[in-house]
Amino acid sequence: MKRAWHWIDQRLGWTKYIRKVVEHPVPPNVNWWYVFGSATLVAFIVQIVTGVALAFTYVPAPNSAFDSLQFITHHAILGSVVRGIHYWGASAMVILITIHMIRVFMMGSYKYPREMNWLVGVGLFFLTLGMAFTGQLLRWDQDAYWAIVVGAEQAGRVPVVGGFLAHTLVAGNTVGGATLTRFYATHVFLLPALMFLLIGTHLYLVVVHGISEPPEPGHLVDPETYVEEYEELIEKKGIPFWPDAAWRDVVVAVAIGTIVLGLAIFVGPKELAQPADPTILKVYPRPDWYFLWYFALLALLPRWSESWFIVGAPVLGIIALIAVPFISNRGERSPSRRPWAIAIVAISILAVAVLVREGEIASWSPKLSPSPLPATVTQPLQGSALAGSAVFQNSGCLSCHTIAGDGGDRGPDLTHIGSNLTASQLTTRILNGGHNMPAFGTILNPDEVTQLVDFLTQMK
Amino acid sequence: MNRSMDRRQAIRSLLNIFCIGMGALAAAVVSVPILAYLFSPLIRPTAPAWRTLGSLDTFKQGNTVEVSIQDPSALAWAGQTAKTAVWVRRTGERDFVVFAITCTHLGCPVNWEAGAQLFLCPCHGGVYYADGTVAGGPPPRPLFRYETRITNGNLEIKTRKLPIG
Repeated sequence: MKRAWHWIDQRLGWTKYIRKVVEHPVPPNVNWWYVFGSATLVAFIVQIVTGVALAFTYVPAPNSAFDSLQFITHHAILGSVVRGIHYWGASAMVILITIHMIRVFMMGSYKYPREMNWLVGVGLFFLTLGMAFTGQLLRWDQDAYWAIVVGAEQAGRVPVVGGFLAHTLVAGNTVGGATLTRFYATHVFLLPALMFLLIGTHLYLVVVHGISEPPEPGHLVDPETYVEEYEELIEKKGIPFWPDAAWRDVVVAVAIGTIVLGLAIFVGPKELAQPADPTILKVYPRPDWYFLWYFALLALLPRWSESWFIVGAPVLGIIALIAVPFISNRGERSPSRRPWAIAIVAISILAVAVLVREGEIASWSPKLSPSPLPATVTQPLQGSALAGSAVFQNSGCLSCHTIAGDGGDRGPDLTHIGSNLTASQLTTRILNGGHNMPAFGTILNPDEVTQLVDFLTQMK
Repeated sequence: MNRSMDRRQAIRSLLNIFCIGMGALAAAVVSVPILAYLFSPLIRPTAPAWRTLGSLDTFKQGNTVEVSIQDPSALAWAGQTAKTAVWVRRTGERDFVVFAITCTHLGCPVNWEAGAQLFLCPCHGGVYYADGTVAGGPPPRPLFRYETRITNGNLEIKTRKLPIG
């Protein structure tokens, strides 16, 4: 037995090389904040394994993709769990890589000599978002179809090459037979290959420069002396990564795995709503939550800034993240001495959270099929006002306005409009529109307008 | 001794250039067919084609209805996505306006609300009047239109690329 191991060890170079890497010394006081990188890696591995499993059944053709997913979800043995792990695992990976990046930023771990590892990490962050985007498209439901169109329209805002970019994205003149296979190949081959490459580089650099020591206030990074100090610390007090430090990573990985598995079993993967069909237009396209904040932003931006934003914001975002280690690669690492770092992170998290919430409510979207006015509103009405309530219902007013708790949120709630505006003010608003309200002067006839105003003045 | 070292060094740097150069050349040669293949839908785009939407009497004057057409470039496995929908509005005896369904803001499908006589976009709240002009929300321009013609009592439109704003 021992001889057999010796044979393998000699040929594998385990003791000579691999074990040294696995047991490389790390600072003695690494703590629970240091688990998110490995947790992201574990999430990635889970995505690869479940992704390969899904690819055994998934058919990446527009005429079959949706059906094959239905089969995976409802007929294949435990298919719903496998898809569920992949679905929730994607969210887990987006969250974990974000936390990892925030941790590295807050603790100044990107500072000298680990700048390159930050840059590789930024690459991995955007590749992860790329995986999230292409992955949600493979469901090939209505959301996926329109997400591709919306993505292409954004690419189309780029000056000069916009049209080319947009049609590269949809692979031709329109979204069709060629589109899905491209996103599929990108999702399962191209982006994962790049990620393997960058993850390999990332881990290699972790070994080359060592894991950063937890920051202490007042202990400054000076490129002149840092490496020497770090090596001294490691030599005197370092502990082997495996298993002395790695046990925390294992605990967290298992915990996250349990949560993802639990969600996969008890909540399940995202329900497949309607297959992609450009001839069915009663749709309500929404991206998955990790892009919902951006979706909300695109609705809330002032119109003049929009083209600038759509093209400029992603570029600026990438430049800002790349610039981080070049702006400051020395000095304080402790978050308690870096109030700006805390402020930037806090504001970013708050902004994304608020925008995700806004995206869920989407008050800017008119309701396409609002429920009719409740009887409590229409019953007391008579004559012209009653006719006006019918005009109100039939002319799409409810798509944007709420009365007695039902209707759209695009325009103001009209439940008490009669106490706020006079009949002539109401008439002016209806005829001319304004503040994003369409002018109904050419849509309604004068009688209808009068009836509508009679109805609204009674809403007190 | 020294001269043979120099010679050895010179050969090494030549070999270095040779190996990297051959590698780069091989990569360049292989990329030509791969890139041409990958971009073929753009290098050789399908020509637009005329598609029949229906005979004139199927469209009522003043009404706006959805009609779907087959893409000219449809692949055999495209399924439902081989189709594109359009909004058709009859404005006169022989006058028709055919709108692209994509909102000019970011491309979501606009819905015709007959009661309100408006097109509403479900994504970011774009609103258009019946003639396609912007009535509210973020769209930067009116709805895109298709070229139309009438042949043998049938309304026809010329297919177009996904309109990019």
